[in-house]
Amino acid sequence: MAPVSLENINKVYENGFHAVKDLSVEIADGEFMVLVGPSGCGKTTALRMVAGLEDITSGVLRIGGKEANDETPKQRDIAMVFQNYALYPHMTVGENIGFALKLRKLPKAELNAKVKDAAEILGLTEWLDRKPGQLSGGQRQRVAMGRAIVREPSVFLMDEPLSNLDAKLRVQMRAEVQRIQRRIGVSTIYVTHDQVEAMTMGDRVTVLREGVLQQVDTPQVLYDNPDNIFVAAFIGSPSMNLYDATLGTDARSLKLGSQEVDLPESVLVARPALRGYTGKKVVVGLRPEHLPAESDNATGPKLVGEVELIEALGSEQVVHFTIDANRVLAEGAVDKDEAATVKHGEGVARIGAKVPVKVGDKLTFAVSIEDMKFFDESTGLAIRT
Amino acid sequence: MRNRKRVGWHRYINGVTIATLITALFILLPLYWLIATSFKNPNAIGNSPPSLTPNPVSGANYSNAFVGYDFGIYFRNSLIVCIAATALVLILGTLAGYALGRLPMRGKFTTLVILLMISVFPEVAVIAPLYLLMRNLHWLDSYQALIVPYTAFFLPFAIWILRNYFLGIPKEMEETGRIDGASPLRTVWTIVLPQALPGLFTAGIFTFTACWTEFLMALTFNSSNNFRTIPVGIAEFGGNFQVPYGTIFAASVVAVVPIGILVFIFRKFVISGLTSGAVKG
Repeated sequence: MAPVSLENINKVYENGFHAVKDLSVEIADGEFMVLVGPSGCGKTTALRMVAGLEDITSGVLRIGGKEANDETPKQRDIAMVFQNYALYPHMTVGENIGFALKLRKLPKAELNAKVKDAAEILGLTEWLDRKPGQLSGGQRQRVAMGRAIVREPSVFLMDEPLSNLDAKLRVQMRAEVQRIQRRIGVSTIYVTHDQVEAMTMGDRVTVLREGVLQQVDTPQVLYDNPDNIFVAAFIGSPSMNLYDATLGTDARSLKLGSQEVDLPESVLVARPALRGYTGKKVVVGLRPEHLPAESDNATGPKLVGEVELIEALGSEQVVHFTIDANRVLAEGAVDKDEAATVKHGEGVARIGAKVPVKVGDKLTFAVSIEDMKFFDESTGLAIRT
Repeated sequence: MRNRKRVGWHRYINGVTIATLITALFILLPLYWLIATSFKNPNAIGNSPPSLTPNPVSGANYSNAFVGYDFGIYFRNSLIVCIAATALVLILGTLAGYALGRLPMRGKFTTLVILLMISVFPEVAVIAPLYLLMRNLHWLDSYQALIVPYTAFFLPFAIWILRNYFLGIPKEMEETGRIDGASPLRTVWTIVLPQALPGLFTAGIFTFTACWTEFLMALTFNSSNNFRTIPVGIAEFGGNFQVPYGTIFAASVVAVVPIGILVFIFRKFVISGLTSGAVKG
């Protein structure tokens, strides 16, 4: 059990590719830290540097307060779970779990006891004599976990351990992994590209993009107060509606395409910096749940959109609508195929299940203006103060 | 009646079965003839018309091969040379194959292409210079005169086979080993090699068979009776005025046996899917 700290870590590959740029993150003792970002953002590289499988180009890595840059994976006392599990196919489940202990020349009785304990925690007792090939995907995943926990390492590293499971099992295993991590209380770094996994599992979440740290915080803070457009768009599903808008000359109104939304004084009080943007372009963000449907004659800020598609989920309806403002796509936050299908001015709102609505309707959404996010158009940074 | 469902043995009569049967017969008939003839009485071999089965069954050809000729010595020589060469090829091939498949190295591609070129190099072209080399080394009529060139000639192919096997083993397997604290050699020995067993057996059987049947070098370098291998020995059975067919056939049957045993024993190892279950399948 040990805290892990990354200080200005850089990774430059031989071909000149700069995979991780000046990454600084502190993982507290026993903390479950998730590294999340789109594919190619450097999260796996960062993890592999912590594991010692990849050299650190520059920067300092500390495990348990001790510099670990030049230590071998063995000396770092870490355990890692790989995406494809990497179980040894020629060994039984028990041998797989006990392999690291066998290398440490642990007495046989002690080894067997530890393997048994680990198997019990993971519900693998009856499979100990099987070969990995005879197990289901979920069981293999648990064997991989078992191999990691039996060593009682200082740090757990997991590289998308659930992405090979089918959707239902993945949700189960999410809880299982968390339960195990809590139980043994080992600092954990968990890499995933799935923001839902990041939100549900992490004590804190580190968002990376193209090797650059975007934001580190608890899932709720990331959701409520994204530092920039990328985090805003990446975290949350369906993702945040981001539009180009122009702030009125008195900073009391906002023009979204042809529609104008009044800005109450309180918005400016909370974000005095917004006054500097009077008459200028900003990017505004609204979560789907902050656009409840409203009757046409209601007062307060509202937006009218044309309904394009309705997904009825039973408890609520997810309405895809368009307005004539320009939809902002944060580069990299959504994959290219997805981005290509997003229409001009498309947005998503979550409305009550009972609201009568059909495709083609002009629907009025109340704008929960206090929850609206503002971003600088050129830097993409949040305007908060 | 064309559409009546075929019942009983009739359902086995179809194009595929017949084609398979013909192919099998085509391959098996000469082998049968070899074995049948080897058990015939030496005087009955040339009978006209030839009999399909040995009648009476006679072991005379076999005793003649081992007693009348020195087939026992040839057999021993072949075993020594082939086992040694195969062992060397597998050891070197494993190390080289692993390096070429896995380790960061400059000039991997060039090395592989050169290896491929060597493996198709005509033996005849090097036989004369090799003979001179062997003579200068005073290696003529010795086991190493065959073991070393066999190793050199059959190594490239083995390296290719093994490299491809190593490439197929997920890299994470070795990384896990490293994290678990296994040394590189230990990783290769306990994690990589067991998964490369089919490749090892394939390369091993190929090399052994190639050594076992090699003729030209064996004839050129080891001409004395004491170091002759099976192919050369059988070829030199007989003298100027007679060809002892029965003895040759008997010796050939004995020569085929080790290969048959090898394939039979290792057949179950040379199966695909040994790595199944290691990673998500």
